[in-house]
Amino acid sequence: MGGTVSAQEAAASLLEVRGLTKVFGTLTACDHIDLTIEKGEIHALLGENGAGKSTLVKMLFGSLEPHSGEIRWDGQPVRMTSPSVAKKLGIGMVFQHFSLFEALTAAENIALSLDDGAPIGSIAAKARALSYSYGLPLDPDSLVGDLSVGERQRIEIIRCLLQAPQLIILDEPTSVLTPQEADKLFETLERLRAEGKSILYISHRLEEVKRLCDRATVLRHGKVVGHCNPREETAASLARMMVGNEVKSAERTPITLDGAQELLSVCGLSRKPAGPFSMPLKNIWLSVKAGEILGIAGVAGNGQGELFEALSGEVQQTSADAVRIRGKDAGKLDITGRRLLGAAFVPEERLGHGAAPRMKLSENLLLSRYATDGKAFVGSGGMVKSGAVYEAAQRIVRIMDVRKSAPDPEAAALSGGNLQKFIVGRELDRQPTVMIVNQPTWGVDAGASAHIRQALIELARGGSAVLVISQDLDELFEISDAIAVMHNGELSKPIPIAEATFERIGLLMGGAAPGHVYQKLETA
Amino acid sequence: MDMTVSILLTIATAATPLLIAAIGELVVERSGVLNLGVEGMMVMGAVAGFGAGFLTGSPWIGLVAAIVVGALFSLLFAVMTLSLATNQVATGLSLTLLGLGLSGMMGTGFVGLPGERLPNLYIPVLTDLPVVGKLLFGQDPIFYISIALVFGVSWFLFKTRTGLTLRSIGDSHTSAHALGIQVIKYRYLAVMFGGACAGLAGGHLSLVYTPQWVENMTAGRGWIALALVVFSSWRPLRVLAGAYIFGAVWIGQLHAQAFGIPVPSQFLSSLPYLATIVVLVIISRNKRLTMMNTPASLGQAFVPDR
Amino acid sequence: MRLELVKRPQRSMLFSALSPFIAFALTVVAGAILFALLGINPLTAFYTYFISPITEVWQLHELAIKAAPLILIAVGLSVCFRSNIWNIGAEGQFVFGAIVGSVVPVLYPEMQGPFVLPLMLLMGMVGGAVYAAIPAFLKTRFNTNEILTSLMLVYVAQLFLDWLVRGPWRDPKGFNFPQTVQFNPSAVLPELMPMSGRANLGFVFALVAAVLVWILMSRMLKGFEIRVLGSSPRAGRFAGFSFNRMVFFAFMLSGALAGLAGISEVSGAIGQLQPSISPGYGFTAIIVAFLGRLNPLGIVAAGLVLGLTYLGGEAAQSVLGISDKVARVFQGMLLFFVLGCDTLIHYRIRLVGLAPAPKLDASPKLEEAN
Repeated sequence: MGGTVSAQEAAASLLEVRGLTKVFGTLTACDHIDLTIEKGEIHALLGENGAGKSTLVKMLFGSLEPHSGEIRWDGQPVRMTSPSVAKKLGIGMVFQHFSLFEALTAAENIALSLDDGAPIGSIAAKARALSYSYGLPLDPDSLVGDLSVGERQRIEIIRCLLQAPQLIILDEPTSVLTPQEADKLFETLERLRAEGKSILYISHRLEEVKRLCDRATVLRHGKVVGHCNPREETAASLARMMVGNEVKSAERTPITLDGAQELLSVCGLSRKPAGPFSMPLKNIWLSVKAGEILGIAGVAGNGQGELFEALSGEVQQTSADAVRIRGKDAGKLDITGRRLLGAAFVPEERLGHGAAPRMKLSENLLLSRYATDGKAFVGSGGMVKSGAVYEAAQRIVRIMDVRKSAPDPEAAALSGGNLQKFIVGRELDRQPTVMIVNQPTWGVDAGASAHIRQALIELARGGSAVLVISQDLDELFEISDAIAVMHNGELSKPIPIAEATFERIGLLMGGAAPGHVYQKLETA
Repeated sequence: MDMTVSILLTIATAATPLLIAAIGELVVERSGVLNLGVEGMMVMGAVAGFGAGFLTGSPWIGLVAAIVVGALFSLLFAVMTLSLATNQVATGLSLTLLGLGLSGMMGTGFVGLPGERLPNLYIPVLTDLPVVGKLLFGQDPIFYISIALVFGVSWFLFKTRTGLTLRSIGDSHTSAHALGIQVIKYRYLAVMFGGACAGLAGGHLSLVYTPQWVENMTAGRGWIALALVVFSSWRPLRVLAGAYIFGAVWIGQLHAQAFGIPVPSQFLSSLPYLATIVVLVIISRNKRLTMMNTPASLGQAFVPDR
Repeated sequence: MRLELVKRPQRSMLFSALSPFIAFALTVVAGAILFALLGINPLTAFYTYFISPITEVWQLHELAIKAAPLILIAVGLSVCFRSNIWNIGAEGQFVFGAIVGSVVPVLYPEMQGPFVLPLMLLMGMVGGAVYAAIPAFLKTRFNTNEILTSLMLVYVAQLFLDWLVRGPWRDPKGFNFPQTVQFNPSAVLPELMPMSGRANLGFVFALVAAVLVWILMSRMLKGFEIRVLGSSPRAGRFAGFSFNRMVFFAFMLSGALAGLAGISEVSGAIGQLQPSISPGYGFTAIIVAFLGRLNPLGIVAAGLVLGLTYLGGEAAQSVLGISDKVARVFQGMLLFFVLGCDTLIHYRIRLVGLAPAPKLDASPKLEEAN
């Protein structure tokens, strides 16, 4: 049973969706979606960020209520009023942003999604057995907060399998895995298909869809734009369907860095874990020269957030020379001091970190610029020159092509992609000499991503040093001149882009590769 | 010896209302809700307990009234914070302000009247045992309820599936919602349990501790109960310990005043409040530990997507 | 039936403006029910409660006297609440400010002259600010919950005042009454229009404070800092603002204003220290702050409304013979309704019936934007 289902035996499809629609305010997130999933197939749901994939599967799992449309399960019309209804029917879900409880153990987490009242002990035993049989080893007694993202995903998968579902929905499962971990996941999924289970596989990664999936449904702007057999398509044709036009990748002109000035250097940076579940930084060395983009790869939760905080000065170092910006010791400067040296920062979290959600765009401009552009934006006696700030915000909106519905809306009212363009634009507008970006295009649509990546490359080629932390390997290969890998709070040696392969970076991300050692920078 | 026993008994009496109110609030906070209205619910329980006891002549009816009024009063908070997603801190404060005002108004006619007192337990032979008799078998009924509550809540939270569900909601209401757990329903029940406990604690004040009605007779005990929950790191057995330490401080300063220790009575009276601050400082100092113990979604409004 | 909240894409300007008025109207309705339950004709009750206390000019002066401390304290609290700092110990800072401000007239009554009053006011502000700095210090240094510490300090301040006026500061010629000497004339806050009523300079302080804090919060970088740190602390840290510095600033500013209110009350309306110098102004000011939507100018209006509830309570007691605690009930209800109405700013409320399920095959209904 390879997985494809011939027309003859199609008595009833496992899941049939007709005209499913969901409206949020003025946005139609899903617009008359049709989708059919047969028994024993892996069905891909393709679409770029914001296409409505997550909304659709939340409706299938009963966490969101559709405005209209029909769902049939095994030929029978059903109403998914809550996740427990979906679970009873036999639908299991592995969430993209996990629905786990950090303060509870793995076994307790699993118990919470099972409706029977079995004691925790027996659930733990069952979970352990099942996890080993699928090659996803799991310690039921460990606290979820202490686990890596990969391990957390295993809990989600095991939890889902324990419910013996007929249909398993996986939302962007590989976005948190190393390439090697992803291979292992694919083996598990293929085995499940062989057991006759159906899988709805949500992704925007085309290669893995081509490799794994029997059929695909493509969404764009909330509408189904096509069904296809991904094995008969090329990555480029799939991408065209997803995005609607030709996808441009950023253009990176090769550069020689010999003799270029070192603008950012980090020497032996260490940091104790800040919270109960956070990562320490262990003796990190790196250097970025004028004109260079250094990419930092790694699976989520390996210390990237901590590194960003340490570099930005939100958390200061104990020794002044641990971080140097434009040759000046910056380790004991706060974020404002580092900005005044010419550095600019874009954090991963847009709402609540890079921008204050309930404040206007112009106020969010002031947020990171009041000190560096003090003369322009702040008058005598600490009065804000709101006119000048407003003008500058409008300028950034124009340059970065930020789409918005009001002249000066609250940050939370913008879509993820548009807000990210504004935040990146806010920093580029200063022409920073050092730019540090964490996850520049996370959750951003293809058009905006391309715009942001191109802007970062141009900034570097204009003579600035750019450090990009990202979990998206495609992105790093597209824009970086060299890639270093973070694992478990340590940073590998940078690998020049010409020598870097997915294989090699992936091994480093898993922490398995030798050569993942502390490194000292040869000082010239 | 008799002296020690009587001091221990008064400590138990002083500790019981703190203990009950704090245990109730602990359950509320474990579900991720911060109800700062304990003082208000407690004082409402006190006036209801006194009033119902006085009017019917039965302290037992007073006891039931205190519990029911406490729970109903907390329902107001629940509707606001859970159904209307209002700010929990501000709503809790307003519950306290409203409770103090409403109880003052309702109790105007009760001031100075003698109240009904719940009788102490008496079991022939057992209660007459020397020393332990009075301590174990001769206290007021609410004392026994309070001890039962500590162990009951502890068992509920850590040994039952429903308790696990409640804790999970306190840890992450979004995850709980994604799994199909009815977050709002659980929280309603938790808040009302907390209200019933606070009402009972208030009833203890006006039916056992000082069987009369005095305006604002809770005198900050509701706030101290809130501090006890922090002190306990959200663990029932530690609430028990904390409540008795505070009971001892409370009684200690009263005895010191009675003995005429040459320190102004006002300074002694402020000891429980100062002790609360000291305890909070000691327990909160370790930021990491506090973060680890605090229910992660505590105090955050939750509005489910549908 | 259950309530369902639907998030608005933008905050509603309409309900931002309307919510205090809706809340007030709801309070009036609830009050009518309350009065009816007490067997009092609601119309009579309302006339007595809300109209009769402000029919004559001298009564307006009384209103100003009650509103002044409420506005002063609430303006300070608005800064705290905007910065997500929960100072609920304003009552204690009020008392402590009054005590420190009274050092000169009580201990050095022989000191007279035009400098005495400004000195007292300054000391009152310093006293309030220092007392408020305690919870700020404990929060920043030991991570202690400021709600509980600031509240505990209220009890401590009240007991301290009680000790002073019964002990060392008691007027030796006061027939053992627990009160200090009457302040001498140069330590008394001047009345604004002595011809028509008792209102004193305290009301002017309140108005000036409201305007200054409004400018601070809406026009100045410092106010921006406070708003950012209050609404999203992480973004504030990213901006390079210091959370700890802001905690001290907010606490000490509100403490200073509460202290100023305290010394103004003592040197103006009361004229000496006594065991109780506040009918709960520090707590009522919390309601004022929220009713004024945390906007200093709105707080001026809200302070007058809440001041009126005090006067109305007194009138209700003398005319209708009901407890003046009714004022506290009104205040509590008002705060409840204000908070409830504020929900409308960010959400639309939908009533969902339990029985009929939403029809799935109906055509999609676009919900209107408002």
